[in-house]
Amino acid sequence: GRWSRLAAQQALTQDQLLQFDTYGNVSLIHVTDIHAQLVPIYFREPSVNIGVGANRGEVPHITGADFRRLYGVEDGSPSHYALSSGDFSALAQAYGRVGGLDRVSTVVNAIRADRPDALLLDGGDTWHGSYTCYHSEGQDMVNAMNGLKPDAMTFHWEFTLGSGRVQELVQGLPFAALGQNIFDAEWDEPAELFKPYEFFERGGVKIAVIGQAFPYMPIANPRWMFPEYSFGIRDENMQAMVDEVRAAGAELVVCLSHNGFDVDKKMASVVTGIDVILSGHTHDALPEPVQVGQTFIVASGSNGKFVSRVDLDVRDGAMQGIRHKLIPIFSDVIAPDPVMTKLIEEQRAPHMDTLSEVIGTTEELLYRRGNFNGTWDDLICNALISEREADIALSPGVRWGPSLIPGDPITREDIWNVTSMSYGEAYRNEMTGEFLKVVLEDVADNIFNPDPYYQQGGDMVRVGGMGYRIDITKPQGERISDMTLLKTGEAIDPAKSYVVAGWASVNEGTEGPMIWDVVEDHIRKQGSVTLDPNNSVEVVGA
Amino acid sequence: MASGVKPRVKVPSSASAGDVVTIKTLISHPMESGQRKDGDGNLIPRSIINRFTCDFNGQNVVDVVMAPSISTNPYFEFEATVPEAGEFKFTWYDDDGDVYEEVKPISV
Amino acid sequence: VTALLPLRAFAQADPDAEMVGTPDEFLAGASAGEGDLTLTAPEIAENGNTVPIAFDAPGAVEVRIFALGNPTPGVGTFRFGPLAGSRTASTRIRLAGTQDVQAIAKMEDGSYITAMKTVKVTIGGCGG
Ligand SMILES: [Mn+2]
Ligand SMILES: [Mn+2]
Repeated sequence: GRWSRLAAQQALTQDQLLQFDTYGNVSLIHVTDIHAQLVPIYFREPSVNIGVGANRGEVPHITGADFRRLYGVEDGSPSHYALSSGDFSALAQAYGRVGGLDRVSTVVNAIRADRPDALLLDGGDTWHGSYTCYHSEGQDMVNAMNGLKPDAMTFHWEFTLGSGRVQELVQGLPFAALGQNIFDAEWDEPAELFKPYEFFERGGVKIAVIGQAFPYMPIANPRWMFPEYSFGIRDENMQAMVDEVRAAGAELVVCLSHNGFDVDKKMASVVTGIDVILSGHTHDALPEPVQVGQTFIVASGSNGKFVSRVDLDVRDGAMQGIRHKLIPIFSDVIAPDPVMTKLIEEQRAPHMDTLSEVIGTTEELLYRRGNFNGTWDDLICNALISEREADIALSPGVRWGPSLIPGDPITREDIWNVTSMSYGEAYRNEMTGEFLKVVLEDVADNIFNPDPYYQQGGDMVRVGGMGYRIDITKPQGERISDMTLLKTGEAIDPAKSYVVAGWASVNEGTEGPMIWDVVEDHIRKQGSVTLDPNNSVEVVGA
Repeated sequence: MASGVKPRVKVPSSASAGDVVTIKTLISHPMESGQRKDGDGNLIPRSIINRFTCDFNGQNVVDVVMAPSISTNPYFEFEATVPEAGEFKFTWYDDDGDVYEEVKPISV
Repeated sequence: VTALLPLRAFAQADPDAEMVGTPDEFLAGASAGEGDLTLTAPEIAENGNTVPIAFDAPGAVEVRIFALGNPTPGVGTFRFGPLAGSRTASTRIRLAGTQDVQAIAKMEDGSYITAMKTVKVTIGGCGG
């Protein structure tokens, strides 16, 4: 309620959030996976995030109370709310929304007041994820981010704007567009538009920032939208780039990465000579860097919820020490930067009537993150089954999308925040039981393959209308069993065809109404959204 | 013959005698495997390039036998020693008997 | 200089059947051990229809590539001539699904060495 909210916020001040004993001679500021969230939102961290192989039980695969125990976070504290799941709706009432690029701007400005030549690095997934971003084809985010004056950026969802638009936007950027693993697909040569690295002279230190774009872009997203490009991890080329910048005198080597956390850990064990990896893509928020060999990996969350500050002591041509803080952007505590507020309002103003239209209300906490199901996707799957008259619904296991708390109105903007993409067609196909199993097995291996280099960094495809059992310890082809059609309780017949509705197909020429319209129609009919608890996935071997 | 077949090669324009240079070749060709079916379920007949060679001043660099599992628009990258100034000759042999040639000079 | 002349040559025998064949046909009873042969291929193919592979086989006279899960496993035979600058090559291949790609090199002394790499071909979708 109102009292607890005031009390919680009084206990938290901007000075506390920004408090940092400036250290060494270099500061890095890292933001990543903003997914076009210009204004404050709620974002619930996952309660299920299973690690496999060597990463079993390792961060970021520790959630909820276990996470709080590991880092000594007090229950009910601001860090509990920001960093972990559990009691989310109540804590959201108390602590309010997070993020907002005008608050991020205040934090960046404060760090620059301490260290005027701090490097601001954007890990990508920036030009995707909202109504205004979709309709301006990324221009709103380019305009807003330019206001923050970043020094470099790397990429993932940006490419789903299509290669022509990406080229147009990148050519106009006043900062470096980096990706050592972005190659011309035809001749297998580094793509000219994206430099592998950029040198900076800061605090008397020669710094090389090497970019690493999302390696599996043409697999996780529709490759027909950017056929000129090839990606991949290319860790041999990464090593060559590290050696090249070291030979050219780099005293500090930073990798601005969109690999995902476990891939970054493996890359740090394979490639030598990287001092700091600023990690993105898997949306993990970690209060401390993880050290692999001589490399420190920093994870800075998503959706504008966090800014990482990394201070480094670089002397005698080598990194001597590191001090780090993951700063949660409590939007009611950190004062917005009025210059950025104005810039954001300019991007949103032409669309405000459309954005703010209330479609329904929710009696549930609506969230997405988690390996198997989130309530937002339960709602989206319900919409697909009912609006598209399907037996089974599939919703992609993406990690972006803010949360809503019980009692919240659901606006059109909220719906777009969890559905917006350039291939949002809601298909309706017949699939055999056999094919459905192939799909689930394929996606499961992209998450639970014990070798991180075979993981793509998404969560499991969300399923409506069908239950299944998954043993994550098994190899591909043997993980999924007990597939059941929920409406009849019957086992899925491999030979029988089922009507399946879904969205975000990577296949060219997919037809159907846009998913945001499907979800809007459904919510309008519901008025007030309630959901049945989802117990349809039985997980074994976690 | 397969229509619109167009070879392209990347060779440095000059080198020092004895240098090893990297060569890249591409040729637009459907490489129809003979295993795909058309809309009516009939097998589409195989039509591929089955051999590729690179020679320099009459001496062989590489000779490749190609099966249908080589992708559409076959691509090769390899290295050649350049003993003197002369010409690289690239030759692709089509199933249908057509032969496509490309020549690139290199100065020393 | 571009000399593009689709000239008629002598009809080629269907060479791949006998020249690429299967690993067993190539080895003809010999065995292939490990050695100085590097086969490079992606962990996950961006596109199963065009998967980049490369090999480096110092001292090899001939290298054959096999896609063991394809309907016909033979992919290509690379023979090196007197002006080969190295015993390396790259090409792009079709993979009918997740499978092992194998390279076998025949060395100057007549022995064989081999290397294998699993390439995953996935339906795709989803992401962070
Ligand atoms: Mn991403
Ligand atoms: Mn992301």
